Amino acid sequence: MWTMLKQIVRTGLRTEATPQGNDDWRVERAEGERIHAEILAILGRALTIREVDAGSCNGCELEINALNNPYYNIEGLGIKFVASPRHADMLLVTGPVSRHMMVALQRTYAAMPAPKLVVAVGDCGCTGGIFGESYASCGKVSNVIPVDVAVPGCPPPPLDLLSGILTAIRSQK
Amino acid sequence: MSLSALNCQFQAVPGPLPMQRATVTREQWQAAPAAVDLVGGRLVSLWGSDRRGIDGGFAVSVAYAMAEGLVWLSLPLAETLAPVQPSYPDIARVFPAAGRMQRACRDLMGLVAEEVKDQRPWLRHGAWPEDYFPLRRENTGAESFAATPESYPFVMVEGDGVHEIAVGPVHAGIIEPGHFRFSVVGERVLRLEQHLGYKHKGIEKLFERTAPLEGHRLAGRVSGDTTVAFGWAYCMALESMAGCEISWRARWLRALLLERERVANHLGDLGALGNDAALGFGLAQFSRLKEDWLRLNRELFGHRFMMDRIVPGGVAIDLDVARGERIRSQCDAIEAEVRTLKDIYEEHGGLQDRFLTTGRVSPRLAGQLGLCGMAGRASAQASDLRMDFTWEPYAALQAVMTSHRNGDVAARVTVRFEEIFESLRLIREIIARLPQGRSLVPLDALPANGIGAGWVEGWRGDVLVTLELEAGSIRRCHCHDPSWQNWPLLEHAVMDNIVPDFPLINKSFNLSYSGQDL
Repeated sequence: MWTMLKQIVRTGLRTEATPQGNDDWRVERAEGERIHAEILAILGRALTIREVDAGSCNGCELEINALNNPYYNIEGLGIKFVASPRHADMLLVTGPVSRHMMVALQRTYAAMPAPKLVVAVGDCGCTGGIFGESYASCGKVSNVIPVDVAVPGCPPPPLDLLSGILTAIRSQK
Repeated sequence: MSLSALNCQFQAVPGPLPMQRATVTREQWQAAPAAVDLVGGRLVSLWGSDRRGIDGGFAVSVAYAMAEGLVWLSLPLAETLAPVQPSYPDIARVFPAAGRMQRACRDLMGLVAEEVKDQRPWLRHGAWPEDYFPLRRENTGAESFAATPESYPFVMVEGDGVHEIAVGPVHAGIIEPGHFRFSVVGERVLRLEQHLGYKHKGIEKLFERTAPLEGHRLAGRVSGDTTVAFGWAYCMALESMAGCEISWRARWLRALLLERERVANHLGDLGALGNDAALGFGLAQFSRLKEDWLRLNRELFGHRFMMDRIVPGGVAIDLDVARGERIRSQCDAIEAEVRTLKDIYEEHGGLQDRFLTTGRVSPRLAGQLGLCGMAGRASAQASDLRMDFTWEPYAALQAVMTSHRNGDVAARVTVRFEEIFESLRLIREIIARLPQGRSLVPLDALPANGIGAGWVEGWRGDVLVTLELEAGSIRRCHCHDPSWQNWPLLEHAVMDNIVPDFPLINKSFNLSYSGQDL
């Protein structure tokens, strides 16, 4: 227990201002504060997201998971990943949508309450990417469910994901 | 009977690791599994190819890992008229891991393993008809069909108080899709049956429309967390076919990227394992270290996961002294942190209570069913391509294998810690002793026809890419992820454990859905 506390204290708050004077972090923190304020201003509450991997290579999932690390600290911004679409304001969908995932994605979308925001993630989610359309792939997410925002990248880095999420919230103004 | 007694005519497949290939008769195909098993060999992969228009009909291939290296056997199959499909003798009786591969081979190529009880499709869920075989030559892969949902007959467990829990394909977290059917009594898991294939997106067919010199990009997206290993394996296959030897510097830099990929994944999973045992501290700490690691990847190599940095002919990156120093000092810093965290994990009673004896795969079962890679090493299956064969740079680096006997979550955690320390050491050695020369000599002269193979120890286990070129384009490219072998072992690992331990056990393996579904 003592070593754990020591490690926690030694690590410090990495989402706070720049322990080692790293300008990158300050920029991210400022961006984060702005996002948090916007979420509260627009939704008046926290944002809940249900992530659906509809056929990705799993690269996008690595970056979405990174949003939960202490640097991006997405929960600190009032954004939370939830286990059920029935609790979600937003679907974050990675693609391409495989034909085998088409029905599951449609049902997940149907199970959501309004406002049913959808953010398609990654080049494959945006356009079908390298996989395109085939006997096994439906291609881009918007071929299967309505999409509000598409975030390109292979995979998109965490800050691009945050911007994409914010863009979708703004579209609700 | 030994393999040499089979009298196959082997041809060496050029490459940094020993690999050989032979065309076999039906009798040799049938005798091979027992001969391989007898000397402690294991199954790597099984796949079909359509060779009509080249040398007859179809072929089914199998790759075994043996002391001599990779042994690739191909059995030619005559084309038969529908509805009878070409068939070959089942090898799953000796190597059970072949079962799902044989079912996939039927779904994609229409080649049938003889006298097999389980005739359920594996990768085909009803998105295309039963008599459409995407990998056959007459199909372009661009066909599209109205989905006809098929129900999948799971094995039923009956008895007093037995009930089923159906999970997925959409899981409650940021993870890949697949279906798990648990049969439980109270909290105790009697049986788990997996149904995978949800992410099948036709990658192997897509290779046929991909230029050979661009194929590494597609291979690098078979499983994003293993992009370096797949990229390397594809390039190795292409270079093997072209008879091209990349520079020593390029080889060492490829190893550097591969070890960085291994460390990144182990850091991420060790954090998630802490979290799944209710130690959020572990996730916070390890995910911070992983982020530091990925940021340096981006800064030095231009991509957080190093996608597309291994290219035909070498690597698309290079290092100078200053950049090498950045990597070296980061390794020192991360190692100090991970050593502290390892002590904390080991001294944490609550954590060890969840880890120890949970999700156990005994060495005996692991050997019988072919558990491979990192999870295999945690169950005394001491195999790692980096050390099994003498090849550079790993021989020069004197890479050391880690293994453990207990086969539980704790053993897989220990192996991951040890592999991080060894990879950090290897990375520092590579930086200190990096050979001079060019890091890339672009590969421009490819033979019009040829066969090659690439075999690389990714962080999860050995990935294999086999490649056949015809008239300058890809005729067949088969990509194998070690998850194929290890998914069935997960079914065994959870037996008699409680349902709440499933996420923990699952994460300790962290298998790829995408790499299996393709």
